[in-house]
Amino acid sequence: MTLPPFQRLLDEHRTDVYRFLVAAVGRQAADDCFQETFLSALRAYPGLRDASNLRGWLFTIATRKTLDHWRGERRRPIPVERLPERAAPEPPDGDPELWTAVGALPPMQRAAVIHRYVLDLSYAEIADALGISEDAARANAYEGRRKLRSTQEVTA
Amino acid sequence: MKPQTGWDEGLEEASRRAAATTLEVARRRGLVDIGYTTVDTPVGTLFVASTGKGLVRLAFPEQPFDHVLEELAETLSPRLLEDPKRTDAARRQLEAYFEGRVHRFRTPLDWSLTPPGFSKRVLEATATIPFGSVSTYGDVAKRAGSPRAARAAGNALHDNPIPIVVPCHRVVPSGGGVGKYGGQEWRKEFLLDLEGALAQP
Repeated sequence: MTLPPFQRLLDEHRTDVYRFLVAAVGRQAADDCFQETFLSALRAYPGLRDASNLRGWLFTIATRKTLDHWRGERRRPIPVERLPERAAPEPPDGDPELWTAVGALPPMQRAAVIHRYVLDLSYAEIADALGISEDAARANAYEGRRKLRSTQEVTA
Repeated sequence: MKPQTGWDEGLEEASRRAAATTLEVARRRGLVDIGYTTVDTPVGTLFVASTGKGLVRLAFPEQPFDHVLEELAETLSPRLLEDPKRTDAARRQLEAYFEGRVHRFRTPLDWSLTPPGFSKRVLEATATIPFGSVSTYGDVAKRAGSPRAARAAGNALHDNPIPIVVPCHRVVPSGGGVGKYGGQEWRKEFLLDLEGALAQP
């Protein structure tokens, strides 16, 4: 099995990974998560056994980094004045309320919603990216979207 | 994709910056096995790749760079990133060489792509031929320990992974003329001419 030069992965998926991270953790934290994602990927790359879905592999790592980030945020005592910034990732479509609501979803639902509705990935791709079954991907996206609908009138 | 174009352009730029920062950190942590770049020279845009040990590969534009990258990924390491900093020393010496300011490359070499044995001895012997002079296939074969293997020496030179810096263009046929060159004969003539080593007609 041959792995493509790492630069090619970076060129092909850099912007999508970044878009996902901005949607998942906000502009502020996206740079850190991006760096950690690609450093982890580089570290693991030579030992990778299966090159059939490198995009999915990268998104799995990126998703894990966003989950780590949110877990870390929850543990850390945050000064009150910083809260709004954290809870509301800079919105890609100019609807801060929606993104506040997205940020409040449980991590798996948040990741599934972003993969589905921001990145336009199929459930099979989301399943790969999150390391869960296709049914679980569908259920998480569905549940996440249902919650968003119930908190506000959203027609995503 | 859902987000509007303006947001996407900002993202492209921001992700480019994030990738550049990541590259710096990755290099410091030893996660970049091979860095590469391209260098514009009078003989075309050259592909240049270096490992932590030194210059490992130089390729002429007739070989598609994607192809060269894939070869490197397969034979050495897939942790291959565009990294002008890693290749900076080699690039500057090449530029100086083509401007006539450098007669001897001092950049460290990584011989990983040359099989040990006769081929490597031929290339090592070739690396010592001084600027401005030439040697013959029989000569380098002899210095590599096999006086009668001139043809095999020619093959080893043709497979030279680091042309120009390992000056295989300085090896010519004993019968006259500049002979063959893996990077096209006009380049061999150009390089010998640059070095003032072409026999006066």
